[in-house]
Amino acid sequence: MSLKTRIIPCLDVAGGRVVKGVNFVDLVDAGDPVEAAMAYDAAGADELTFLDITASHEGRDTIFEVVARTAEHCFMPVTVGGGVRSIDDIRKLLLAGADKVAINSAAVSDPDFIARAADKFGNQCIVVSVDAKQRLDAKVGGDNRSEWEIYTHGGRKPTGIDAVEFAARMVERGAGELLVTSMDRDGTKSGFDLKLTRAIADSVEVPVIASGGVGTLQDLVDGVTEGHASAVLAASIFHFGTFTIPQAKAYMAERGIAMRMA
Amino acid sequence: MTTVAIIDYGAGNLRSAANAFERVAAERGQSDVITVTADPDVVRKADRIMLPGVGAFADCMAGLEAVPGMIDLLDERVIRGGTPFLGVCVGMQLLASEGREKVVTKGLGWIPGAVEKIAPSDRGLKIPHMGWNTIFPARPHVLLDGIETGENGLHAYFVHSYHLKTDNPSDLVATTNYGGALTACVGRDNIFGTQFHPEKSQALGLKLIENFLGWAP
Repeated sequence: MSLKTRIIPCLDVAGGRVVKGVNFVDLVDAGDPVEAAMAYDAAGADELTFLDITASHEGRDTIFEVVARTAEHCFMPVTVGGGVRSIDDIRKLLLAGADKVAINSAAVSDPDFIARAADKFGNQCIVVSVDAKQRLDAKVGGDNRSEWEIYTHGGRKPTGIDAVEFAARMVERGAGELLVTSMDRDGTKSGFDLKLTRAIADSVEVPVIASGGVGTLQDLVDGVTEGHASAVLAASIFHFGTFTIPQAKAYMAERGIAMRMA
Repeated sequence: MTTVAIIDYGAGNLRSAANAFERVAAERGQSDVITVTADPDVVRKADRIMLPGVGAFADCMAGLEAVPGMIDLLDERVIRGGTPFLGVCVGMQLLASEGREKVVTKGLGWIPGAVEKIAPSDRGLKIPHMGWNTIFPARPHVLLDGIETGENGLHAYFVHSYHLKTDNPSDLVATTNYGGALTACVGRDNIFGTQFHPEKSQALGLKLIENFLGWAP
């Protein structure tokens, strides 16, 4: 087996600009997502994810332009998530140069949307975002549900839907990959929710991307070895230059994980 | 100077494919012309033809059939005319005799064989086979010239759940390893196909496209 574990930097974009800030050394304009994408491309990132967190409808169109400009310069796979609700949204993103789309709220409100999208564009380009949070009423081993429920609308809206069950159902409908984010860990730098990642990764056939909570390079290793993830996604540790992509790859490779070295 | 027609039949990441070809063309500095087109007249005049493809086999085949005259024209230009041809991902799988994705669908039949679901020997391996993997030549081919292959070679970006099993061993050009050998490249005469995405495979992909633009089979 020589398929490599992927490292995926994630850029939050609003109105065509990177938000949350990016602090690379050589960027002229740290707010330009295309410039940031090119820096990651040059550093050997395995894929790139744009998360469009634009709230207004008017701002939405800028993401197409960002994707189009990125695809002109970066010959690597690009995923776009955030606000993907219709077949037409997907078509426009793919035509702009995206390779995959990540779908969250629309997958919960209309699971058949995933089936229609997968039939139309192929399973390989449909990523379902599973934003999960530990249930307050979780009785560990005490009921039939897992410990986590899913949230929509950028983690603001609880649904009462079981995360592990939801993940399996999305794969049945045609999701080709799952982006599993722990809402509890997101932004905390305390590491992935490994139990959550593993519970989902072990119950589905498709690859799982671990997300939410990376603070150290060991967290990335743990996501793979203990979380059973096929790819690891991180934002701030790379944006702020805490670690570079080559450092992360070298660290993971030293610990026995097959990586694509630049 | 060469002209390339990238066939638009409603399937695939056309923009990405065109971007990668345009980048290589600019670096060659020979005023190559890259056109994304569904127009048979443009395809008829092109020096090279590229068939992309993303999605399910049956949908892609139906999309190609829906472009009036396109399949006959491809037959005329590629099979009888010897025009250099590159198929990518499902655009490569369509060269097979038949696809067995969900339903059995007749393919173009240029590379005898069937497109079958991958079945890694290790049950723990995920499907789709998604990500970066190395390739192993089954035989020499000029489109792989200058590309480091083997375990420590360059990586190609794959994303697929099915692969083309060729009937003729000589049509298999390269494999990749994912719980057993999977078809990575096929080729015969002026026809070449890659399961991976050259337009998403950084150095390896750009080199392969450069080789294709200069290919004189």
